[in-house]
Amino acid sequence: MTNQETTGARTVKAVVLLIAALLLFAPFLFQDIRSLEVAARICVFIVLVASYDLLIGYTGIVSFAHTMFFGFGAYGAAISLKQMGPGWDAVIVGALVGALVSIVVAVAIGLLSLRVKAIFFAMITLAAASVAMVLASQLSHFTGGEDGITYKTPELFKTANKLMVDENGKVARLFGVKLNGKLAAYYFVFLSSLALFLVMLRLVGSPIGTVLKAIRENEARAEAIGYRVVAYRTFVFCIAAVIASLAGTIYAIWLKYTGPDTTLSFTIMIDILLMVVIGGMGTLWGAVIGAVLLVLAQYYLRDLMGTAAEALSGVPILPHALEPDRWLFWLGIIFILLVYFFPKGIAGTISEKGAKA
Amino acid sequence: MDQVNKLVERMGGVYLLPFAVALVALVLIGVPSSWVTLTVAGLAMGMMIFLMASGLSLVFGLMDVLNFGHSAFVSFGAFIAASVLAWLGGWLGSESILLNSAAILAAFIAAILFGLAAGWFFETVVIKPVYHDHLRQILITMGALIVAEQMILAIWGGTPMSVPRPNFLEGSFLIGDVAIEIYRVYAFVIGALVYAALYLTLNRTRIGLLIRAGVENREMVEALGFRIDRLFVGVFMVGSALAAMGGVMWAGYETLITPALGAEMMIVVFIVVIIGGLGSIEGTLLGAIMVGLVANYVGFLAPKLALASNMILMMVILLWRPNGLKPAVK
Repeated sequence: MTNQETTGARTVKAVVLLIAALLLFAPFLFQDIRSLEVAARICVFIVLVASYDLLIGYTGIVSFAHTMFFGFGAYGAAISLKQMGPGWDAVIVGALVGALVSIVVAVAIGLLSLRVKAIFFAMITLAAASVAMVLASQLSHFTGGEDGITYKTPELFKTANKLMVDENGKVARLFGVKLNGKLAAYYFVFLSSLALFLVMLRLVGSPIGTVLKAIRENEARAEAIGYRVVAYRTFVFCIAAVIASLAGTIYAIWLKYTGPDTTLSFTIMIDILLMVVIGGMGTLWGAVIGAVLLVLAQYYLRDLMGTAAEALSGVPILPHALEPDRWLFWLGIIFILLVYFFPKGIAGTISEKGAKA
Repeated sequence: MDQVNKLVERMGGVYLLPFAVALVALVLIGVPSSWVTLTVAGLAMGMMIFLMASGLSLVFGLMDVLNFGHSAFVSFGAFIAASVLAWLGGWLGSESILLNSAAILAAFIAAILFGLAAGWFFETVVIKPVYHDHLRQILITMGALIVAEQMILAIWGGTPMSVPRPNFLEGSFLIGDVAIEIYRVYAFVIGALVYAALYLTLNRTRIGLLIRAGVENREMVEALGFRIDRLFVGVFMVGSALAAMGGVMWAGYETLITPALGAEMMIVVFIVVIIGGLGSIEGTLLGAIMVGLVANYVGFLAPKLALASNMILMMVILLWRPNGLKPAVK
């Protein structure tokens, strides 16, 4: 490994920077509520997918419990905001409790599954995630059951809150954008996601990150050199769990609603997997690209499929195949093909292109 | 302590576990008649889960392939059986037991044929390119599971489907004051027959010998000149057919099935395989019966805990025996 980069790798980084810039100015560039929703979702999922990439891409562990940790964070914030009322103290308590529960569960799962073959890890996490989901829907007096919880977030994020007032006492506008609580909430999401992503980048760039890469490349050799593979894996699992939990808290604050469908459901786990694989495992950059592509596809491609199905309504079979409900079917097939032919994903494949500069 | 261990070992070792669980449950429940009902229910459930799990366990043991899409066969089996039974509604509704059985047999045959064909397709198209690469195996079989579930949704729709049951399997009979559902006995008998057939095939035939040898040490068997990959395709097909058969049984047991059935069963099947130890039919049976019994007892004694009972059982057993109760490979 040298520090020299291929032109492909530079392209990937440039794309990621462009995405970051677009997200930074998203409220001003795309001035409707749905786009802001999409942008916030992209921010949160970038963090979530990048933390999953720490696991799957840097240590080769496949976990199906990532949504569980995401859910811990979200439910932590939701329950504390509901019980303690809207305030920053509730947010902090919720985030801390969520992260703490995540660490405890991650250590427990880690210690339990490390006693068995590594491949059991996937099975055990799957079972744990399903238990978490059932618990969330069963403990309804606490979690709101299937309906979830709605709650109020701190005063600052209320849509009616005016950040700046013009001379008439109305909400001030900057480039036609109302400077209200919604904007503050978006920038809260954006900045905290950015901070978490930078923490992960730093971690990957640190000596620990180098060890993780060594483990990924050759586990036996890393062990032989004297690194305790098991300890490092547990550590990464805990870190990923905490970051996922914090991402859950951020998402809970943005949505002002937490339910099994938005946080714990298996569909989200599949989304995360797809994002990591499409974007490219083992490069945090890939997580960014994958998350952006898939969230955009989720919001806009489905509409497109719907219109396409309507347009083709005269043709046999095709409209059925293009029905928006079938969209997961196509994603599944794309997923399989990607794993076969582009196991490195978009970022990985592009990074290899181009001569060493 | 040593002597106790030896005694337990001579009496059957880990095979005593279900009996111990049943005894403890009898003490805790206190009412013999409900205990018998629960035990029968647990055994029947265990046998159905065994059908679903045995294929997965053998496939993993023989070829180190972990198939996350295994539960797709279960749900396809269930839905195909439901369709066949609905189609043969006339036979099912008639008074003659012969026609009833013929309808059920037809459902089984359809599901098993599908399992064999789909297993062959799955093995050659989906899994063969990613042998020896666990990460991609998990990802690809997971993708295949998504596709399969979507296919079920597309073909049968998202609404729950009712599964007709013939008259002679309805209702229950009384022994003393204990009511026993006929379907549970039927499920137990079929499961036991399949177990016996598998056990005899594995332990008394040449193919079984090769399979067991392959589980133990694949390279050695290959070095002796046997084409273990062909054998593996066969095992995979049979495993898928067994899963489909388990799906048929389960569909009849639940009488109302949804496309989520496969995903629900997958967790249980994994837990059974982990508890039992990979690659051994005996271990899988043991694990399945333990899961069935514990789920029923806990559901009766502490309904709140029922959801987590399988998980807790798995944790306890893994802490005690990290490789499962009866792994084929030490």
